[in-house]
Amino acid sequence: MISDTLIIIPAYNEGGGIGRLIKDIRLKVPGVDIVVVDDGSSDDTALQASSAGAKVIRLPVNLGYGGALQTGFKYVLANGYRYAVQIDADGQHEPSSIPALLEPVKKGEADVAMGSRFMGEGSYKASFARGIGMWLFGGIASALIGRKVTDATTGFQALGPNVIRFYASENYPVDFPDADVLIMLHRAGLKSIEVPVVMYPRTDGRSMHSGLKPLYYVFKMFLSIFVTLLRKTLS
Amino acid sequence: MDKVQVVSLVVSFCILIGVIDLVRRGKLKENYSVLWICTSLIIMFFAIFRHLIDWLGRLVGIYYSPSAFFLMAFIFIMLITLQFSVVISKLSERNKVLAQEIALLRLKVEELERMSAS
Repeated sequence: MISDTLIIIPAYNEGGGIGRLIKDIRLKVPGVDIVVVDDGSSDDTALQASSAGAKVIRLPVNLGYGGALQTGFKYVLANGYRYAVQIDADGQHEPSSIPALLEPVKKGEADVAMGSRFMGEGSYKASFARGIGMWLFGGIASALIGRKVTDATTGFQALGPNVIRFYASENYPVDFPDADVLIMLHRAGLKSIEVPVVMYPRTDGRSMHSGLKPLYYVFKMFLSIFVTLLRKTLS
Repeated sequence: MDKVQVVSLVVSFCILIGVIDLVRRGKLKENYSVLWICTSLIIMFFAIFRHLIDWLGRLVGIYYSPSAFFLMAFIFIMLITLQFSVVISKLSERNKVLAQEIALLRLKVEELERMSAS
């Protein structure tokens, strides 16, 4: 292991684009290690990823986005990396934004830097329902943690050692890591900031948020935020 | 004692014996048998002293004794299913941790195999 930073890419059936993404990252961000967490894919994601030069952790069963991501954090802790960057496997996150995310964390200005797609760079437009959700929970999060939150559901983040330890622990919510995580971080005394990044909209129609899921999401977020506020300060 | 009391007594006794036997054979864990054993004992008790169902019902404002009985049965079902939800939550968490450990170990093994092969 030559690097102090690990890029974590949770992936489920992304065999089509994962190779390209990894090569892109290696081109634009030299000097970091890359690990793909294959969340029980039925396609050749693992093969494509290792051919492109990334390490691959293969989960025996599908755990979902949060569970796969957390596996990456456990890997970070087991292998002595100091910093981690989480990035989506579907190509929505632009790898050249990674240095901008890492900088404040490496400088110690924040424990975690979250990439916001609404802070000016790029031209990301969300769908109506998603927009409402983002606005609502972003607003709640902003009010509760005392800083403006423009993008609460971002999966594009650079993390320092304290946050990695926190995410790898039992406190980490595995369904949809977002607004409630911001509040938990705040309660745990960890500093989060937002950094503008470039994001692209989904190229295929397949959405994580279809049918009853948005309803469950809203319910789950309210419950999670409420419970987080009730808990004593997290160590 | 009328027919319904005898039937209730026999059925609840059979459940009690059945549950205890499942525990004895190791097919039912002791802590999940607690609710079942308590409930069958309670039903056996009320089967013998059936006027107590009426008394209990009147206490909470129910005047039709079958309703009081069903309310008790319903509460029992809710408690059992709540216990299941708690257990399932714990199992899910453990399951996730196991899957993660396996994945990390698998990578380690693959790397060690590669190292020893070269």
